Amino acid sequence: MVQTKSKRIPLTGDQAVATAMKQIDPDVVAVYPITPQTEIVMYFANYVANGQVSTEMIPVESEHSAMSACVGASAAGARTMTATSANGLALMWEIVYIAASLRLPIVMPVVNRALSGPINIHCDHSDTMGARDSGWIQIYCESGQEVYENTILAVRIAEHKDILLPIMICQDGFITSHAVEGIELLEDKLVKEFVGEYKPAHSLLDVENPVTYGPLDLQDYYFEHKRQQSESMKGVLKILPELFKEFEKTFGTKYDFIDTYKLEDAEVAIVALSSTAGTARGVIDELRAEGVKAGLLRPRFFRPFPREKIIQALKNVKVVGVLDRCESFSAEGGPLYTEIKAALYDSDIKPLVTNYIYGLGGRDVFPEDIKKVYSDLGAALKNKKVSNPINYLGSRE
Amino acid sequence: MANIKELAKIPERLSGGHRLCAGCGASIIVRQILMATKDYVVASSATGCLEVATTIYPYTAWKIPFIHNAFENSAATMSGVETAYNALKKKGKITKEIKFVAFGGDGGTYDIGLQSLSGALERGHKFVYVCYNNEAYMNTGTQRSGATPKGASTTTAPHGKESHGKHQFKKDLTSIVAAHRIPYMAQASASNWNDLVTKSEKAFAADGPAFLNIISTCPRGWRFSEEKSVEISKLAVETGAWPLIEIENGVWRFTYKPKQRKPMIEWLKSQGRFSHLFTEENKSIIDEIQKGVDENWARLENLCNSTCKVA
Repeated sequence: MVQTKSKRIPLTGDQAVATAMKQIDPDVVAVYPITPQTEIVMYFANYVANGQVSTEMIPVESEHSAMSACVGASAAGARTMTATSANGLALMWEIVYIAASLRLPIVMPVVNRALSGPINIHCDHSDTMGARDSGWIQIYCESGQEVYENTILAVRIAEHKDILLPIMICQDGFITSHAVEGIELLEDKLVKEFVGEYKPAHSLLDVENPVTYGPLDLQDYYFEHKRQQSESMKGVLKILPELFKEFEKTFGTKYDFIDTYKLEDAEVAIVALSSTAGTARGVIDELRAEGVKAGLLRPRFFRPFPREKIIQALKNVKVVGVLDRCESFSAEGGPLYTEIKAALYDSDIKPLVTNYIYGLGGRDVFPEDIKKVYSDLGAALKNKKVSNPINYLGSRE
Repeated sequence: MANIKELAKIPERLSGGHRLCAGCGASIIVRQILMATKDYVVASSATGCLEVATTIYPYTAWKIPFIHNAFENSAATMSGVETAYNALKKKGKITKEIKFVAFGGDGGTYDIGLQSLSGALERGHKFVYVCYNNEAYMNTGTQRSGATPKGASTTTAPHGKESHGKHQFKKDLTSIVAAHRIPYMAQASASNWNDLVTKSEKAFAADGPAFLNIISTCPRGWRFSEEKSVEISKLAVETGAWPLIEIENGVWRFTYKPKQRKPMIEWLKSQGRFSHLFTEENKSIIDEIQKGVDENWARLENLCNSTCKVA
């Protein structure tokens, strides 16, 4: 293996994203600051101010205009990035859908934060989970290292000629975004080569070949255009394995749609996104020492939903506890739970499945909380049924 | 100064066959503006009549690159396009000279798009923003906007037993934009084509953002016969309902002044949206409207006098 990474250097998750953006050196960044994403904007503005990137930055007056300007810039053929959190994503909402429907490969790191109200600046996944049907690819990252590398990978995913969809790279607000972690940086030259040059097929600035973006699309075509979007999203599952291989070959890290920990022979398993998986790993090691066959499944992609990978990964598991850092108010559980349960319904395996809503508004999740889940799962294994389909973990009654 | 024979030779950039109503001011305005530069132009439009009637998939009336994003963000969208141009030009990927124009109706400019416009002007993007101002939300059926004049009956501020239509005077957007101290801005009317094309030339040539607020007739919403479109545009100018002014580097100037302003009652009589005003109990409203126009005219004369540079 060629040495492609630096020694570990201490960076926060936000710094890691800003560093990735510096190495990508996009043509245009239109961005508005919001906690806990703000540091990304500040670090990047410094790179611009010091000539460390060639990017033209648009310091817009709102997130709505951030996404609107990104749509304009991307349609004009520029490699375009922004970043946001929570209410900022909510303010973009209308244009988030338009960006996807115009098939613009905008790359957007999102620092997950609770949606108001009441106002709260800390982590949960209500912001990006709300945008799960907007037509954006969504990657959820466990660590600063993963956020860093996936921001770079995301450029290639979004711009792939058979994909052309915008992409969110999610990390947990404060937990990941403000925690300092030893991060191995990839070589500038290799990143530059990996992301390559963006060559759009259709651009507003190709004035000799004028195109109309965003026409009125009525009953006779709209449906087919939505189908095309959907087929492109599904196509991501077929296209990415090749790209994962290329990334591994270039940089040495192997990524997949899902990540697992001691799942092969597990009887009880937790499914969780992002940083909570790290807490679960520690608990699994303890439980394994006690003879409990505990495991973990961490979907990295929520859109497209890696259905087959998830079913395959859970095939030997008897009881599954799905953790949702997001409340859906009287739905059949949180979004991760409902989709996993729906996927299992049509599969050959029928593990018991239960849901835990946890960590809303940045409520800490402790190893004891994770142990409580595994203990519940153990009881369900013994009793052959779950006591509650939907549980609230770490909330006062 | 434009020459009508020369203008007639310029290839159309917005083709015919679109689905705007007969007598609609918007397409006349767009065509006159696009005649004012020989450079390549990229256009955007806010959601509205202009957009829906010119781009019904799979057709487009635009012979130049065009983007519609949403209702309130024509300016922000164009700020992204213009920035992409600067970025790619800097890298040598584009060498052509390209101009940028963002269109929006009065709803998309005075109301829902005001923040987006203000942000783009403050950031100094080099583009021309054009408000084709038909004084209400016409695309959705004549609802009131911040640009609707006092006394006009609209579907969300209708006249009735207790109401004479819109109670408030219209927002003075031109002055709001002037407060951004951009290099060039003007009010214009398609009836005074030479004035409009000349102002558009100045707007395209400005070293920074430029803004054109153009009165745009709407036979359906204003309720008049469509062949009178240009005549009514002219009446807006002659009565002072729509003064032809420009503000160039902070200097306010009338580009045309009627020798004798016609009374506003002629303007009000010409359109069905004001017909309910002609009753005994609404007489005072007509007086208030005339007073409002007179005061605005006096204010503009003051601004012209106080900002003019001695030659």
